Amino acid sequence: MAARLEACAACHGPDGQGTDNDYFPRLAGKPAGYLFNQLLAFKQGRRRYPPMNYLLEYQSDTYLHEIAAYFAAIRPAAAPPSVPTVSDAVLAHGRDLVTHGESGRGLPACVRCHGPKLTGMEPAIPGLVGLHASYISAQLGAFRYGTRTAIEPDCMQVVAALLTEQDVSAVAAYLASLPFPPDPSPLRKGSQVTPLPCGSEPNP
Amino acid sequence: MSRVILRCNLRGLVRIVGAAAVVSIAIGSAGRADSPDAALIQKGEYLARAGDCIACHTNPGDKLFAGGRPMPTPFGTIYSTNVTPDPQTGIGAWSADDFYSLMHRGRSPDGGLIYPVMPFGSYTKVTRQDCDAIFAYLRSVPPVHQPNRENQLRFPYDNRALILGWRTLFFDEGEYKPDPGKSAEWNRGAYLVQGLGHCTMCHSPINALGGTSESRAFEGGLIPMQEWYAPSLTSNKEAGLGDWSLQDISELLRTGVSRRGAVYGPMAEVVYDSLQYLTDADTRAMAIYLKSLGEGSPPGVAGANVPPAVGSLLMALGKTVYDAHCATCHGAAGEGMPPAYPPLAGNQSIQMSSAVNPIRMVLNGGLPPATSGNPRPYGMPPFAQILSDDEVAAVVTYIRSSWGNLGEPVSAAQANALRSAPLD
Repeated sequence: MAARLEACAACHGPDGQGTDNDYFPRLAGKPAGYLFNQLLAFKQGRRRYPPMNYLLEYQSDTYLHEIAAYFAAIRPAAAPPSVPTVSDAVLAHGRDLVTHGESGRGLPACVRCHGPKLTGMEPAIPGLVGLHASYISAQLGAFRYGTRTAIEPDCMQVVAALLTEQDVSAVAAYLASLPFPPDPSPLRKGSQVTPLPCGSEPNP
Repeated sequence: MSRVILRCNLRGLVRIVGAAAVVSIAIGSAGRADSPDAALIQKGEYLARAGDCIACHTNPGDKLFAGGRPMPTPFGTIYSTNVTPDPQTGIGAWSADDFYSLMHRGRSPDGGLIYPVMPFGSYTKVTRQDCDAIFAYLRSVPPVHQPNRENQLRFPYDNRALILGWRTLFFDEGEYKPDPGKSAEWNRGAYLVQGLGHCTMCHSPINALGGTSESRAFEGGLIPMQEWYAPSLTSNKEAGLGDWSLQDISELLRTGVSRRGAVYGPMAEVVYDSLQYLTDADTRAMAIYLKSLGEGSPPGVAGANVPPAVGSLLMALGKTVYDAHCATCHGAAGEGMPPAYPPLAGNQSIQMSSAVNPIRMVLNGGLPPATSGNPRPYGMPPFAQILSDDEVAAVVTYIRSSWGNLGEPVSAAQANALRSAPLD
């Protein structure tokens, strides 16, 4: 399968582990349902990034499922986390939002969906560890401005709309500073009840 | 996603609808097996595949044949129309005569002129019987109530009266006339290629008026708005198939890959949405006709040789890049490992006078379409993010002029210009 997927390796690393480029995320170990949703969204144009849209345009859903399953199953080593370039106060604000959210604003903590270790939950909630701050920040911006969309109800669009620019920088910096866990496997399906309805991750 | 092909004047390039829609079509026809019209509808569905109607008349991932797909052209944006049987917004109120008039004459039921982005210049060759079958099929799909979108054409192109002038210059009305001197297979292939296949929309040079001249049919051309080169089908120096085996041609059309090369760019869409659904007999008939177009054309490529001084520098850098990034799959001598990894030595699409396609393949990579004959394609990585303009120019020059290939050298400026070519 790796030989068929050389086109992915060029940017995402030979085992989908990510590279030192800020905008090419790690794929390995993310839940297969999440990876498939993204592949389909790129194919159909709901998620816009022309080089990805172009590569996937004429692939079958069957093959996209197979590609997703391949990357979900592999566990390559991760690069060390980045050294934060923001102040301790900003990191602390990020940690607060990630672990506690802010109930006054109706902002749920990231961990309530993405798991206490932020490794995601099957079938379709992605892990948030092992990613670059710039990538996370760009995705939150894309949710907010509609260049990245999911099946309605689009929970991440709701969350991103509640975040200020400062919140986004703080959350992205904190997540990128976390060490990669020894076992990056996502939580089993239904391990926790999520606070928001998500079209791509229906609640049980 | 609105990469579109502008054909003779604007053919909208099509995109694919998800496999889900494909499955629903298949199930839909099976479910109608008892109906007296089932055979006609099934025939119409097949012919609609051959005509690739879905590519323009369906937005990717959206409702089948509901139209609304934007097709950027040099004259503005045209939106494809709803061809479901909805009576208000689709073609539910049309008669079979209305549909034939559109296909054959390029006129809507009220007599209005149709923009030639709809390839009626090709569809005019389709028989009345086949038009009726396609109409019966379109009448059988689920109706979708979705009003057509207004086109956004710049002055003066928003004046449909201009189409009259275009028609005078470029439109020849008339069904396909079989050539009695040729075999039935050849005639079937010619009918499909010239008619429903509307191949000439891309594979002919497009002039400044957005027309193609019949005398230059199948001679190739750069596709407006897409910046892919649609090679000549009449010259063996380009994509002429005169020295290909019928099996290789047929496999390329039906599966997207062959021992001689793979489809990419806009042709990947054509295989994915249309050609993979054709029978072996029909792709073979097309192969026979297409092969005959290239016969009589001299083999090989007559490009200039690389000037020695520039050549040695370019070639040295090109070989370094090739050995580091390309040789693992395409072989040290460009022999490839077909069908997964196409050969580069002797590959016509590498050596054509236009270097647009090989440069874009290096920059953007690509996957052949997933088809029933090649369901899990091997992909080529993009290199735009790794290689400099000089390195792209060098490696493309190297593959165009090594192992007996005779293409002309490529400059860093050419490579740079294509970095901004549209990908969607």
